[in-house]
Amino acid sequence: MPKKIVEAKVVGQRVLNSSTKLIEVYAPELAELAVPGQFVNVQVFNRTAPLLRRPFGVAAVNKNDGTITMIYRIIGDATKLLAEYCSGDKLSIVGPLGHGFDMNAEHPLIVGGGLGLAPLLYLASAFGKGKAEIVMGGRTADELFWTELYEDLCPVMHLTTDDGSCGTKGTVMAVLPELLASGKYDIVYVCGPVPMMKAVAEAAQEYGVKCQVSLEKYMACGLGACLSCSCSGIGKRLKVCTDGPVFWAEEVGEW
Amino acid sequence: MVNAKLYDGRLAVDIAGLKMQTPVTTASGTFGFGLEFTDFLDLEKVGAVCVKGTTLLPREGNKGQRAVETPSGMLNCVGLENPGSDYFLTETLPKLRKYDVPVIVNIAASSPEEYGELAHKLDVDGVNAVEINISCPNVKQGGIAFGTCPESAAAVVEQVKKNFSKTVITKLSPNVTSITEMALAVEAAGTDAISLINTLIGMKIDIERQRPMLGNITGGLSGPAVRPVAVRMCYEVAQKVHVPIIGMGGIETAEDAIEFFLCGASAIAVGTANFRNPTIAETISHGILNYMDRHGIDKLTDMIGAALPEGSFALRSGKE
Repeated sequence: MPKKIVEAKVVGQRVLNSSTKLIEVYAPELAELAVPGQFVNVQVFNRTAPLLRRPFGVAAVNKNDGTITMIYRIIGDATKLLAEYCSGDKLSIVGPLGHGFDMNAEHPLIVGGGLGLAPLLYLASAFGKGKAEIVMGGRTADELFWTELYEDLCPVMHLTTDDGSCGTKGTVMAVLPELLASGKYDIVYVCGPVPMMKAVAEAAQEYGVKCQVSLEKYMACGLGACLSCSCSGIGKRLKVCTDGPVFWAEEVGEW
Repeated sequence: MVNAKLYDGRLAVDIAGLKMQTPVTTASGTFGFGLEFTDFLDLEKVGAVCVKGTTLLPREGNKGQRAVETPSGMLNCVGLENPGSDYFLTETLPKLRKYDVPVIVNIAASSPEEYGELAHKLDVDGVNAVEINISCPNVKQGGIAFGTCPESAAAVVEQVKKNFSKTVITKLSPNVTSITEMALAVEAAGTDAISLINTLIGMKIDIERQRPMLGNITGGLSGPAVRPVAVRMCYEVAQKVHVPIIGMGGIETAEDAIEFFLCGASAIAVGTANFRNPTIAETISHGILNYMDRHGIDKLTDMIGAALPEGSFALRSGKE
């Protein structure tokens, strides 16, 4: 699939919680090409610090309007600068990058936590309203602001929080085994913190359900050149940027 | 060559037999095998593609986090991960040969003899030059161990020269007391050209975990942060050695590249900038032409060494 470098125009930004924002940009070439699970590499500054592009999963695509949406947490210099962008400002974006999710599930179960829920949002939307069920976990109710973004797409939502302030108390693993035991899902898609992905992948294997994981690793180029995001697969080396970021769980040798 | 008239021949350079249509090459380790960038640029408009450091056998590289951004730069400790020379020759080189662009293979090994064996293996059609990597800061054996000792560096160069029939470039490490001493040692050993600089050894601490950020503890610093060091080293070496220099270190724009030409570099390599702007290795040539037009310079070779003290450019003064 061809990769592009485009000047995207910011359509707007929206605050999702105290540290998370959603940005929509006009980039028709990327909107046309990007599939769920792919990411883009965004240059937030045209001087030398911050220097490198920042990778963001594609959280939504609107082909009619020619826009793509990213969701990010304001944590460092680059995301602080990104948070200041206004409608009409331009951003250089490289993408779409990597391989997306397998879309062949008849009864998909999506499992996510934190910013892992961003690329999964596009996945849920691509399956169409009501097709996928979702399990989402957070530390507190405040971290589950995602329900607002998912409620139309996934009417069946299973929520967990570490402190019990919303949904079932515990991690996603507090509800997942029972869901998998029901035998109603054919593929589990997980993106979130590594311990979550590992636990979900193990549980899926135990119940004989196929599982795709979307990994995140520090990367400089996103193009397979810098080898920063290289990791062990089974019998071969994997680059998270070009071989992934989505892998079948059994392909991953090093989390 | 199809591109004989690229840029009207104004940017053409000859690095000890390595003929290039533009002096803009890619720095090893920042451009993959070139094929990763074909969606963004025309490989045939790059002076030469210098591929990822290649070893005799495949290498997995270092564990843990391998890169981190630093002020105007980045640290990496990839540790020479590469699929090995057999894979390069059978899988990668045939794909690269479809493009009319010279190929430089960066080579690393753990003994002078192994460098020789690798160079011999790579002495095939389609490989136009080798760049001896005696300056990788991220591997325990070989690499920088050879790059900081003049005698060891010379031993490696001699072995490669014996085993490779085309242009031999030696890439110097900046992590030395005297870069000119190293440059003179590899010149005496017979290198055809010198490239400089490799990365500077640096560190970053994760203050939340209270541990070094990188899996290999230290890493090589690259990007605009190192450019002034590279320019200075180019300026010093150009006054001492009679072989051509390929300058590199934080080049992001044509203006950056021109600093190196004026300090005696006959060609340059774009490195970390490829990560940020995957079109840069092609577009920078246009900026060099613009500068030449503004300054009434007909050919690139006319400005090489112009900022050196008069009469001190060793390449032009001829060997004693």
